[in-house]
Amino acid sequence: MSETLALTRIPLDDYAELLGAGEIEELRALAKPLRGRSIQMVNSTAVGGGVAEILMRLLPLAEELDLNIKWEVMNGGEDFFDVTKSFHNALHGAPYHASQRDFEIFLSYNERNRATLALDAEFVVIHDPQPAALIDARKPGSNHWVWRCHIDLSHPHRGVWDFLETFVSRYDGAMFSSPEFSRQLPIPQYLFYPAIDPLSEKNCALDPAFITQILAHYRIDPQRPILTQISRFDRLKDPVGVIRAYRIVKRYFDCQLVLAGGSASDDPEGAIVLKEVLREAGNDPDIRVIELPAWAPLEVNALQRASTIVIQKSLREGFGLTVSEALWKKKPVVASAVGGIPIQIIHKHTGLLAHSVEGTAYQIRFLLSHPEIAAKLGEHGHEHVKENFLITQKLKRYLTLFLTMAAKS
Amino acid sequence: MNAAETPFEFVTVSYLTRIGNQSAGTLAELLKGLENCSDASIFHHTYQTLGSHHFLTEGFSNDFAQWALADANRNDLAEQLAALDIRDYISIAALRSDLCRVVGDFCAAFPHFAKQSTLERFYFCESVEVTAPLGRSAGTLDEFRDGVAHLSHAGFYFHFISSRLRLQLRTNDFSHWLSDGLGLRTLADSVNQIDIYTNTLDSSRFKLLRLLDQERRKA
Repeated sequence: MSETLALTRIPLDDYAELLGAGEIEELRALAKPLRGRSIQMVNSTAVGGGVAEILMRLLPLAEELDLNIKWEVMNGGEDFFDVTKSFHNALHGAPYHASQRDFEIFLSYNERNRATLALDAEFVVIHDPQPAALIDARKPGSNHWVWRCHIDLSHPHRGVWDFLETFVSRYDGAMFSSPEFSRQLPIPQYLFYPAIDPLSEKNCALDPAFITQILAHYRIDPQRPILTQISRFDRLKDPVGVIRAYRIVKRYFDCQLVLAGGSASDDPEGAIVLKEVLREAGNDPDIRVIELPAWAPLEVNALQRASTIVIQKSLREGFGLTVSEALWKKKPVVASAVGGIPIQIIHKHTGLLAHSVEGTAYQIRFLLSHPEIAAKLGEHGHEHVKENFLITQKLKRYLTLFLTMAAKS
Repeated sequence: MNAAETPFEFVTVSYLTRIGNQSAGTLAELLKGLENCSDASIFHHTYQTLGSHHFLTEGFSNDFAQWALADANRNDLAEQLAALDIRDYISIAALRSDLCRVVGDFCAAFPHFAKQSTLERFYFCESVEVTAPLGRSAGTLDEFRDGVAHLSHAGFYFHFISSRLRLQLRTNDFSHWLSDGLGLRTLADSVNQIDIYTNTLDSSRFKLLRLLDQERRKA
């Protein structure tokens, strides 16, 4: 059976303190014509992953605006998720041999879910490729269907995309996290950014005593500059490159490096990368490689808040929301110009972009030499996130989309 | 205190960004895009970007200028594009014409730069606008001040910046009402002189409120 999720209500007015009462009044004004109208969000997982995390925070806010919103999770067996994981990697450009059997498995689970899910809300939002074929359930002219794609489709595997496109092109619209991630489609495409929740444990204000406690726990000196990258141990996050950049910076500044990421215990490739990182770190007492538990929002929050500079030296990236997390905390960020990062880091305005180890090291040195510029970038970064990458802005975008679609019909 | 016959109705706005099918990887392609893109696209990359990046002042005025600087590495062109002031335009057609002229002149003067690949591509997008009444109106200067103070950034942007195109006058909603509704022409002119390029939306609002307070003290 598919599941419909019930979520705890978050008072919308709690956000007014951070954003201003006018912003909340605006959400209420936009939502007014949509009161009581039905919306369904459909994805393929209730826990884990960015989509579930966002929906978990978004739905209660939408409910508080009197929208009749539901979140449905499609069911699938191991074979379905094996196929969709391959599809996911292939759509990101990884090599893949697509077999007819894979497509049949995909279609058969979508068909089964069509039989159990009542997809009859006025606005149906389908997240990512897994449930894309549910569009077959749509009765002509009955309701509005939009597809939200959270992945980078800039260089997709041709066969998988051609297959998926036959479904996607039947939606009323598609949403992408960056114009670069979109495709040439016969339907309108919209820009929808992922978002962070400023009141979540990962981003809320923390007691300075707790931050001190976390630093002490990981033996980090609060008196010297702290450079931090928060990322899982993945080659695409280039943790070894971060260490090399740190070594260049270290020639000029007595600083420390923190590399913190989710545990590699259940990820064979992650464990290999972690070993590479430890080997590169060697015996340097100022490098802390921290394996965090899979869900450690308060620790991440504390490490980001304690940092002098936050680094995100990815080689490839989806959107890279850790950048927004750091910017929200008014931290100067040095990051690679890949994926969705340049949307968050407007070079020299909300942070600094780099394209190499040497470039990353130079930008860090520049910021350590000019703390007043670092502080200004952090302030602007905070405003940029407030304007564009908060959960309330995401809700506003959805309201605008639904109002636009309703007006068209 | 004077009351206007027609009250000022406070409204807010929200924009959906529609991704277009055009992009540019060289300055020559940017020029082609500027010539062919929709009016909504020109609006998005000039007027709307001023709202979505309202907290920036130094060196950021429109997406074309920012791209010329950050991705094409052409500081001279970026400066010329940034110098185009949306307050000088009452139509998108006129603004487009000047954007094309600036980029076209540059490409003609430096043909080797015109065909050089940029660091990142420029993607033409469009703004889809939805407005919503806030259910609040002002008939007097006091009520008006209260309404302005409580507006969201988007609401303030709508009345103070994007209204220039809607009104097709070289003014904004606030100044228009202060002048026509309350007969306060000098105040209206002062409000219209607040520089939206060297101020953030917050500091523009602060200056506007200060002008309103000065006027209220006179009454």
